[in-house]
Amino acid sequence: MEAQAPVPARVAPEVAIEVENLCKSFGGRRVVDNLSMRVMRGQIYGFLGPNGSGKTTTIRMLCGLLTPDSGRGTCLGMDILTQARRIREHVGYMTQRFSLYQDLSVRENLEFVARVYGVPEPEKAAGDALKRLGLEGRGKQLAGALSGGWKQRLALGACILPGPDLLLLDEPTAGVDPKARREFWAQIHDLAAEGLTVLVSTHYMDEAERCHEIAYIAYGQLLAQGTVQSVIAAAGLATVTIEIAGAAGHEAGLLVTRLARELAALEGVEMVAPFGTALHVSGRDPAALEAAIAPYRSDARLVIRADAPTLEDVFIDLMSRSKDELR
Amino acid sequence: MRALAATAGFLRRVGAMIVKEFIQLRRDRVTFATMIMIPLLQLILFGYAINTTPRHLPTAVFAHENTDVSRAILAALRNTAFFAFVKEAGSAEEAEHMIRAGEVLFFVEIPAGFERALRRGEQPQLLVAADATDPVGSANALAALAGVVGSALVRERFVDAAGAMPFEIVQHRRYNPAGTSQLNIVPGLLGTILTMTMLIYTALSVTRETERGTMESLLSMPIHPVEIMLGKIIPYVLVGIVQAILILGSGMVLFGVPLEGSAVFLAAATLLFITANLSVGYTFSTLAQNQLQAVQMSFMFFLPSILLSGFMFPFSGMPLWAQWIGEGLPLTHYLRMVRGILLKGSGFADLRVDAAALVALMLLAMGIAVARFRQTLD
Repeated sequence: MEAQAPVPARVAPEVAIEVENLCKSFGGRRVVDNLSMRVMRGQIYGFLGPNGSGKTTTIRMLCGLLTPDSGRGTCLGMDILTQARRIREHVGYMTQRFSLYQDLSVRENLEFVARVYGVPEPEKAAGDALKRLGLEGRGKQLAGALSGGWKQRLALGACILPGPDLLLLDEPTAGVDPKARREFWAQIHDLAAEGLTVLVSTHYMDEAERCHEIAYIAYGQLLAQGTVQSVIAAAGLATVTIEIAGAAGHEAGLLVTRLARELAALEGVEMVAPFGTALHVSGRDPAALEAAIAPYRSDARLVIRADAPTLEDVFIDLMSRSKDELR
Repeated sequence: MRALAATAGFLRRVGAMIVKEFIQLRRDRVTFATMIMIPLLQLILFGYAINTTPRHLPTAVFAHENTDVSRAILAALRNTAFFAFVKEAGSAEEAEHMIRAGEVLFFVEIPAGFERALRRGEQPQLLVAADATDPVGSANALAALAGVVGSALVRERFVDAAGAMPFEIVQHRRYNPAGTSQLNIVPGLLGTILTMTMLIYTALSVTRETERGTMESLLSMPIHPVEIMLGKIIPYVLVGIVQAILILGSGMVLFGVPLEGSAVFLAAATLLFITANLSVGYTFSTLAQNQLQAVQMSFMFFLPSILLSGFMFPFSGMPLWAQWIGEGLPLTHYLRMVRGILLKGSGFADLRVDAAALVALMLLAMGIAVARFRQTLD
């Protein structure tokens, strides 16, 4: 039996997840490197990072599917190393890949989940969940036959059916259309309002902006943490937008491409990203950036104005910075 | 020219496919191993282990007298190499028990006053009883009997070469007097079919979840590995019971297979055997990385089960090493039990060693399965 250790006094009850120095390696490769973070109860916490950055591994360690090599942490006040089984009773984990039974019907899947978690009256609970999900007419349909959006809705429904305190969602909206994504996020916000803590990993910047707080991890390391505004501000990035005004069509396209190549090679310019016929140019040192683009200010075809960096600018910069450090 | 280019293109694409297939084959170690192992296994088993005219069959002797003639008869039997005298029975009952428990396949009884009766030309009787549940195993030995004993007695000048033999050999084919092979095959089939189906079903059960990605979600739920294992095994226990009833029922109706022993004991033995096979299958399931590997592993287990258990070929005809492998297979023990119960009326006392072996094999497989089942994705 797992020890029912009392909740450590220094973990405030409003903390849902608190981990310190988590490390995990696979075959000698550090996938998660000294990761520490804290998520408050009722928060929607966005977990961002490129592919292979250790997001899924971290989530799996939080719900006891993987054992950390070192480090410690609590999830809902329970130790992730010794109380994994009890944590599982209170956590809903939605895997990246659809992991309900494709050859069971929608209703049968929900009933199975209800029974495993010991929900009283599983048939009724499944029926209620169907109603809540708007899947009433599809109860008898095989889960494998649902479209991507409905599968995602069902998977979320199955996660919240046992009434968890914490939801771990691993890229829940991958491959889902914009309308379904919007509905999904509306539901996440409703759940958070009811007091549920949600940790959600995503690639999408617009989704990151819907989170109360975000963490950005790359190469297994946590690079930034906080609200979207604070993360952008902390990055200290200067950005200008260069718009092509004096050319159109194909000519404008060629100009953007040529300009992007020229600018990227300049000292003081860290990033150049084309957006249609405009360029987003960022640098860490505002003075150096200004010096780099000064010669272009005289070009009549270009409109140059100072801009705020986007979250995407910040993340790509963080990523390239950490790569530099690793080298 | 164009045709040449088309041919070159064809060859290039086929070549690309071949290279890709070989790379995949090399990566899939289990498939690769089975491709090498199955032919080797077949060759070794058929070439060395399997012998349809088995020799050195365990035989009990119950000799009422120790005379030159009796010694000559036993020596002649031993020299055929068909019979190996492993037991000496003190009474006819003891000899009967040895056959029922499967300790010996034959017993030879030389009656009191055999030599004197022989010299007087009284046509004394020599009794040879055989366990005929496996007709293949005993037929050759029995066929050789009369000639061998006769010529030995002639050689030793106990009898005259000319004229009829001055004695009689009485052969008893126990439990299957007509030598009907169905009586032997139906119980054998029961064990073999149960092995095949039970093994495959459970071997697929865990790998299917891993392959479809449902295992990750299942592991994140508050359910214990032992609970998962029991939940996966129990439905197939019921399937196995239905299969056993079907096979036994039709065997009795169509081939007149008798039930000499206890039905309750038979049911218990069958249940035990089903569970043992499901445990073995479940163990494969925790070892295999995908469903194909699981099927291949089941096959690697099934093949020796058929060949070395005594289902197809006489167990006592195999060399010792093959018999040892056979002792490690649940089917071997189940076959002895089911043939004993159905045909010989054997009871628990006769078959307790096989029952214990079956329990031990089942617990071993379950132990490995539970230890192998990873509660995490580490």
